[in-house]
Amino acid sequence: MPIANPAPPEESFVERVGKTRRSRYTKHVLLCLVGAVMMYPLLWMVSSSVKPNELIFTDLSLWPAKWDLGNYIDGWTALEQPFTVYLVNSFVIVVLSIVGNLVSCSLAAYGFARLRFTGRKLFFTLMLGTMMLPGHVLLVPQYIVFAKLGWLNTYYPLLVPNFLATNAFYIFLMVQFMRALPKELDDAARIDGCGPFRTFWKVIMPLCLPAFATTAIFTFISVWNEFFGPLIYLTDSELYTVPLALRQFIDSEGQSQWGQMFAMSFLSLAPVIGFFIAGQKYLVKGIATTGLK
Amino acid sequence: MTYVSRPPGADGAPVLDPPIPSTPAHPARHAEPGRGRSKPHQDRAGYLFLLPWFIGMLFTVIPFFASLYLAFTDYNLLNAPKWIGLDNFAEMLRDPLLHQSLKVTFVYTFVSVPLSLVAALGVAMLLNRGVRGLPVYRAIFYLPSLLGGSVAVVLLWRYIFGLDGVVNGFLGWFGIEGPGWTSDPGYSLTTLIVLHVWTFGSPMVIFLAGLRQIPVIYYEAAAIDGASPWRRFCSITLPLLSPIIFFNLIQSLISSFQTFTQGYVMSGGPANSTLFYNLYLYQRGFSQFDMGYASAMAWMLLVIIAAFTAINFLAAKYWVFYDN
Repeated sequence: MPIANPAPPEESFVERVGKTRRSRYTKHVLLCLVGAVMMYPLLWMVSSSVKPNELIFTDLSLWPAKWDLGNYIDGWTALEQPFTVYLVNSFVIVVLSIVGNLVSCSLAAYGFARLRFTGRKLFFTLMLGTMMLPGHVLLVPQYIVFAKLGWLNTYYPLLVPNFLATNAFYIFLMVQFMRALPKELDDAARIDGCGPFRTFWKVIMPLCLPAFATTAIFTFISVWNEFFGPLIYLTDSELYTVPLALRQFIDSEGQSQWGQMFAMSFLSLAPVIGFFIAGQKYLVKGIATTGLK
Repeated sequence: MTYVSRPPGADGAPVLDPPIPSTPAHPARHAEPGRGRSKPHQDRAGYLFLLPWFIGMLFTVIPFFASLYLAFTDYNLLNAPKWIGLDNFAEMLRDPLLHQSLKVTFVYTFVSVPLSLVAALGVAMLLNRGVRGLPVYRAIFYLPSLLGGSVAVVLLWRYIFGLDGVVNGFLGWFGIEGPGWTSDPGYSLTTLIVLHVWTFGSPMVIFLAGLRQIPVIYYEAAAIDGASPWRRFCSITLPLLSPIIFFNLIQSLISSFQTFTQGYVMSGGPANSTLFYNLYLYQRGFSQFDMGYASAMAWMLLVIIAAFTAINFLAAKYWVFYDN
């Protein structure tokens, strides 16, 4: 994508002069050390997930002395429902949330970024204000409304808000992106006879794909990890999402099936790690833009 | 503005004749150039584009005021809310669990936010100067911040810091007998602070982007004038990065005040040592269905967050430097 690419890092005069071979090695050693400490817990989890139970807390090495892949097989069915149920539930919620955020936030963002209408500044300020609002202030009344609508123990309370552009962060992200597109594009489209909707759909949308990718990845990760919403709204175990299912490992205090717990924990993180590796570029760019402007 | 007219005399039309409006859809827009030409038209389009957002705002604005009202009531979901004036707030003054939860949340925030920002800035500085393999390092440091709030990682933390967990295993190599990190009330919050610092990656990425925007000539000029690296850091990097430090500080404070999952997975910790404010709010609102009290608590948290944000904005005048 040609737009909004940051300039490649350049090596400056100072750096070239000041950089001795030794200081460079020191830096790499330091970075590797920090990196190893950061990665250790995750690697330990993966390693523990394929170790027999009795070795998990006695064998500190990351490479298992003895392998036991049974943790994955037994862990899959160790909870109230087979793990497939939780995975499917989580995926359904995540996919619908992504669709909802993309549609509703991009519409709102186009309005804020490219159209002039009365009250735009006021609404925009209001939108930024909601970004700072702690969610718990709205929690109780929203819960009451959802209860009155008969939506408890359904996915509606988790999904509907995403279709109503309630995630100001994503609107803001897309507004920043759209503002960087040349204004002449809209003028050209208008002269060619496009109304605002055609302009949005045919001109702006295709150019905003990087911002949409960022939104989709962020939504994936935050909804996948989301714990509080499912905790208060879902009560039947057939509806549980993955994090809610993992909660059952907390409750069974004194349990000794650590291997199964780590196996399922790792499965719950694997999609996030996968999405992260696939979409790193968009993620990094996304949080960098929101932080800078 | 001139219209491209057809060749003169081709079909008898004069030069500069306006084009025949074969599509008379919006004659007004073509006819009057200048400011405000399309205002009324875009008003409607603008509101249409914002329609989902407007409906969503109803789900924000109405609950916002409703919870303010509920804060002054006794409400358990079954009976109608009963107005009790300031009773909820009076109870908050003498509720020991609330005080404990405030203490936990404050200690957690004021220790872990500075630590993680310092770590983020430090590593960002190391990564800034065109390090080889930057994408790999960045990925390694950033990944934990995406996982830190998940149930799986907090569970993992419980066992890493468990009595015979990995941490104590390592300490054992040095002959140190580690404490029961998660079972001793004096240490359980420390494990969560370590977890927070572990997620320094997301402010780090923002710092990295900010560092990259500082013009390199400043450093070159300072180096020629003989400024030491430390001096360059204090006199160039810190002031020019201060808006971003400020942004990260506000963001981290707001999200840290609202920590929930960590406390929940730790089951509130021994002797309520990880009873975060929002965890206690959840217990009151959704285990005991004390919705009035929970609303009052939510509003108090809002006031606390607003106060800290306001203090930060006021203090920003003295240390945040805007280039333009």
